[in-house]
Amino acid sequence: MANQSIIQAQGLTKRFTVKGKTVEAVTDLAFEVARGELVAFLGPNGAGKSTSLRMLTTLIPPTSGTARVVGFDILKQPADVRARIGYVGQLTSGSFSQRARDELLSQGAFYGMSKTAARARADELIESLDLAGFATRSVQQLSGGQKRRLDVALGLMHAPPLLFLDEPSTGLDPQSRANLWQHIIDLRAQHGTTVFLTTHYLEEADRYAERVMVMDKGRVIADDTATRLKAELAGDLLTFGFATETDAAAAVAVVRRLTEREVRRDDVTVTVTASGGDALLPAAVRALDAAGLTVRTATGVPPTLDDVFLALTGRTLREAGEGEGEAEQTEQRTDAEEPAAAAAEPVSETTGAKR
Amino acid sequence: MSTQTETRPDTAVRANPARDTWNVLTRELKPVVRDPFTLIFSLVQPLVFLGLFAPLLVGSSGAPVGETLQWFVPGVLVMIVLFGTGATGSNLQYEMMTGSHERTLVAPLSRSSLLVGRALKEIAPIVVQAVIIVLIAWPFGFTINVPGLVIGLALLAVFGIGLGALSYTLALKTKDREWLFWGVQQTLIFPLLILSGMLLPLDEGPAWMRAISTVNPVNWVVQAERALFAGDLGDITVLWGWIAAIVLAVVGLAVGIRAMRRSS
Repeated sequence: MANQSIIQAQGLTKRFTVKGKTVEAVTDLAFEVARGELVAFLGPNGAGKSTSLRMLTTLIPPTSGTARVVGFDILKQPADVRARIGYVGQLTSGSFSQRARDELLSQGAFYGMSKTAARARADELIESLDLAGFATRSVQQLSGGQKRRLDVALGLMHAPPLLFLDEPSTGLDPQSRANLWQHIIDLRAQHGTTVFLTTHYLEEADRYAERVMVMDKGRVIADDTATRLKAELAGDLLTFGFATETDAAAAVAVVRRLTEREVRRDDVTVTVTASGGDALLPAAVRALDAAGLTVRTATGVPPTLDDVFLALTGRTLREAGEGEGEAEQTEQRTDAEEPAAAAAEPVSETTGAKR
Repeated sequence: MSTQTETRPDTAVRANPARDTWNVLTRELKPVVRDPFTLIFSLVQPLVFLGLFAPLLVGSSGAPVGETLQWFVPGVLVMIVLFGTGATGSNLQYEMMTGSHERTLVAPLSRSSLLVGRALKEIAPIVVQAVIIVLIAWPFGFTINVPGLVIGLALLAVFGIGLGALSYTLALKTKDREWLFWGVQQTLIFPLLILSGMLLPLDEGPAWMRAISTVNPVNWVVQAERALFAGDLGDITVLWGWIAAIVLAVVGLAVGIRAMRRSS
């Protein structure tokens, strides 16, 4: 099975020194990714997602531990790793002074493609990523969504077996985001590309990733499919409404017996969180009916990954991300030698350009 | 236990410093080729000096225009390098801040090529701009010695590679602190300019200024250019100019490559 793994990380740890203080951005990361998987690192800002990706793509060396990526050691054979991966960073891959198509051709040359092959591939990507209308424009002139599509095209130029994407849809409007995802899904369908990405968008990880690694404070705290994470860690929220408080009070025992979970009551409303809610809901309605209690309303709300995160950390993703924006910037830009450079990174300005 | 993806042959490229340098160089030249007007636009500053400063020199020295230009134009050519190439690191700094530098770091390019290719690119604007300035000065009595011009341009190119490499080094070291890049650049550029005898001769200056100017490589390059454009190809200052430019290029490339290797 080992040769099936396209990424094997062992004990990856990264510590930064910021203003004399040592900060551990990533702690003892150990996981494997099989060929063809679509994996998402999900976590709040500052969780260590980008730092992990930057280690795996050879941009920064780990403080300790190592990883094999596409069969090569990130520390001993970084050049071999680089030649076989695609990387779409958090910012803009194309140089602002270059034309979009020129950048694709340069990228092809960087990866050893012949001029003919690079031209053919560039035109193919221009077509499939809808870049045709502005391929001869300079990157500076492109909109946020157009820039992002060019970033993806640049990452795919050499048809890598493994593609890393760091926050690919940050700053995109919903339509551009959906578009981008369609391209990523098509890519996997056509070429079996392994896709490894980071995101702090719950819906995105939930909807598209086959496997979600939840990251918080530098550690992976859960690793499974979104469906299983939700079923095992969160469960559906079932709510039953009754005509009277007496009925509701009587219903608590019935629902508790059925679900074996803690049941809450608020006036005429009874709620319970349990897995398999779709099957439980009708079963509960029948049991309550049989007990002579008339259910007037019944709703089942499936859990989100935010509920998973809440169950794991006691915080919601949004709470966890708040006030840690600065930490994330530090994480992205600072290396151990030069800690001061982090402060004024205009992340939102460059990737977040709207329209 | 093979999967369909493993049937793809491994065509991955290996780093090759010479080919990578060529690829970085041609990429850097693309915006110049696409929009050559940018080269013309950055000629405004040397033209201002030629048009507004040269007449003052003529007036104060009392020498004929042609003779004054023969002394002044070589200095203006070095000035083009000092201001244009000396600021080129800001382009890299911008790419570090916007993200495309990171992309080239993940590409399988040798680290040295990322610096050397950029530094070599500086030759193009230097040669084009210097030739234009020389052609503009020509009708006003500036005489062109062709072998001197060719060797003079080559010397400017080597000087430019060194200065460009140092400018990129400054960008790599100052990272996203633009103010620091410009602060250091501006602090250095004017003393280098004045202590090179580019605008006014240093012969009349105090002894301490003349002493400092002897360790200013820009001064040696200016003197060599003057000798070359005067046709004194065998003058000893030409040798010193080449030594200064080559030492600057070697040092610049060495520290630049080191800084690029540490870039992330």
